[in-house]
Amino acid sequence: MRYLIRRLGFFVLTLWAAMTLNFFIPRMMPGSPEQALRERFSKGGSVVSPEQLRTVLAEFGFDPDKNILLQYVEYLKAMVTGHWGVSIGSSLGVPVTSLIGHALPWTLGLVGIATILAFVLGTLIGTIAGWRRGGLIDGIVPPVFIVTSALPYFWVALLLISLFAIGNNPLLPNDFNYEQGLTPGFNGEFILSVLEHGILPAGTILITAVGGWILTMRNNMIATLAEDYVRMARAKGIPNRRIMFGYAGRNAFLPNLSGFAMSLGFVISGTILVEYVFNYPGLGYMFYNATVSTDYPLLQALFLLVTLAVLICVLLCDFAVFLLDPRARTKG
Amino acid sequence: MSAIVAGTATTAPSAGRRPRGGLLRAVMRNRKAMLGAALLVLFVLLAAFPHLFVPWLHGDPRAIGDLPLEGPSGKHWLGTTGLGQDVYAELIYSTRESLVIAVVAGLGATILSVVIGVSAAYLGGFADDGLSMLTDIFLVLPTFPLIIVLATYAGKGNLTVIIIVLILTGWSYGARQMRAQALSLRNRDFLESARCRGERRSYIIVVEMLPTMISLIVANFLGAALYSVLTAAGLQFLGLGDPNSLSWGTMLYWAQNQGALVNGLPAWALSPGLAVALLGVAFALLNYAFDEISNPALRPVRRRRAKSANS
Repeated sequence: MRYLIRRLGFFVLTLWAAMTLNFFIPRMMPGSPEQALRERFSKGGSVVSPEQLRTVLAEFGFDPDKNILLQYVEYLKAMVTGHWGVSIGSSLGVPVTSLIGHALPWTLGLVGIATILAFVLGTLIGTIAGWRRGGLIDGIVPPVFIVTSALPYFWVALLLISLFAIGNNPLLPNDFNYEQGLTPGFNGEFILSVLEHGILPAGTILITAVGGWILTMRNNMIATLAEDYVRMARAKGIPNRRIMFGYAGRNAFLPNLSGFAMSLGFVISGTILVEYVFNYPGLGYMFYNATVSTDYPLLQALFLLVTLAVLICVLLCDFAVFLLDPRARTKG
Repeated sequence: MSAIVAGTATTAPSAGRRPRGGLLRAVMRNRKAMLGAALLVLFVLLAAFPHLFVPWLHGDPRAIGDLPLEGPSGKHWLGTTGLGQDVYAELIYSTRESLVIAVVAGLGATILSVVIGVSAAYLGGFADDGLSMLTDIFLVLPTFPLIIVLATYAGKGNLTVIIIVLILTGWSYGARQMRAQALSLRNRDFLESARCRGERRSYIIVVEMLPTMISLIVANFLGAALYSVLTAAGLQFLGLGDPNSLSWGTMLYWAQNQGALVNGLPAWALSPGLAVALLGVAFALLNYAFDEISNPALRPVRRRRAKSANS
């Protein structure tokens, strides 16, 4: 039980750290947001009075006259209660929460499915490669996947586009989430279109993410197979398949599981680039747009959300380890 | 702190003259290591002497030509950009900046992770708890979004900013491993005897402890360098780098902006990414090979790895 409480404590602490970073980064950096905003507005051709600027900034939580500690407390309160402000970027005035709400399902569907698929596939292939040490699969797996795990996400995306989605008669579409003429709905045409548009981005994530899982799982598997309890199981004549998954695989899987949560940050990094290349209107693409248009409230909310997503995954994996590994329960 | 920083710098060259001296031979015998090293040497040559690879070029590799958007030909091996610049020349001359980012940021992150990881393990107690917590927090924070936020605020394009940000976000994974290894060393006899001799703490850490961790430090550097290459290229690709700099990421940015793929110029759109990928592969191959060399569990079957991975 102490284990779980400690993990929960870590969750809260990290979230607080992320929010604090979010608060102090803009204030520590050279150039005030007021100035940046003025430049942005004047670039757009509109003249903004200082009062208007003040209002926008106050909306965003900036108030140069106020004590910084007081600002900080108010900011924390607003973040926790979901008052994330309004966008000051291309969709001026729209609440950040509703912007995110539109993009979230797409990212969750695309990235979530691709990542989990990569994890499951990678773990399976790694288990088999480690089991048949020195076999055909084990001979091919390490060199191939060392290479794929070092490929930049965006490059794989560009490569897939140039292979499948460019030319007179492209096999697959290379941007957006569905055919723009269609109205979203629960019909065959729309679903097919969504799937078609998802194949390349998902494939990109799959190709680049799967290598890491395979390699670590293979290495863990090799280490676990040398354990005495595996030899014991063999001596007892337990069927190979059961040793592979029930004895060795189950234990080799544990470090991989905690690694999964930890590496989620990397996957999200890749997602920003993948969605950017494919113009996929998810959170990653929105993140990019928020940067380009220096939309601070949106940027902050997205960063917080991403951190939250990673933390929730870490927590879930901790629970899973807790359930799977008796040692974690007793160690405290 | 400064003693430790200086220590990592001075112990690095001593790897060659270690009494056992098996490191070099082990590298020579590992095919992955040799391939990775060969690639890396090639990139170092490209970075140091770019003019040797583009002998016909005099002056600026970005010189604007009068044949925009050409496909690959005998004159322009990889075609030309939207401004008629020779893609091949740009590619060669871009090696330097990309390699510098990788090495400097990788080195910085490694030094930081050694300092934090080893001090956490060596100091123990309260300091250890604090530093470990810090490490875990940085490990979980999504780094790329953080980098984007930082780079946006700190002003786009500044190379120093990019390197500092890469260091700040890239050290945590290494620090965790350093701490684990230093912790396992802490109560070894040779350190105990040094303590009995009355050596100073800084001496023990720098002269006794760090040399035994050299393979982990090297592996860490390779990992951090790989991370830096990919991340920097990603940042520049998104347009967060200096648009006038000569680097692969910037080339990709312009290729994307000027619609290289749509215009049917895959050589221009893909070659800088291929260069990034190859440099990344060089670091990854070396890293994996070092894993195999330093951790026998991956070659003959033993169980050390499971324990270190679990802890």
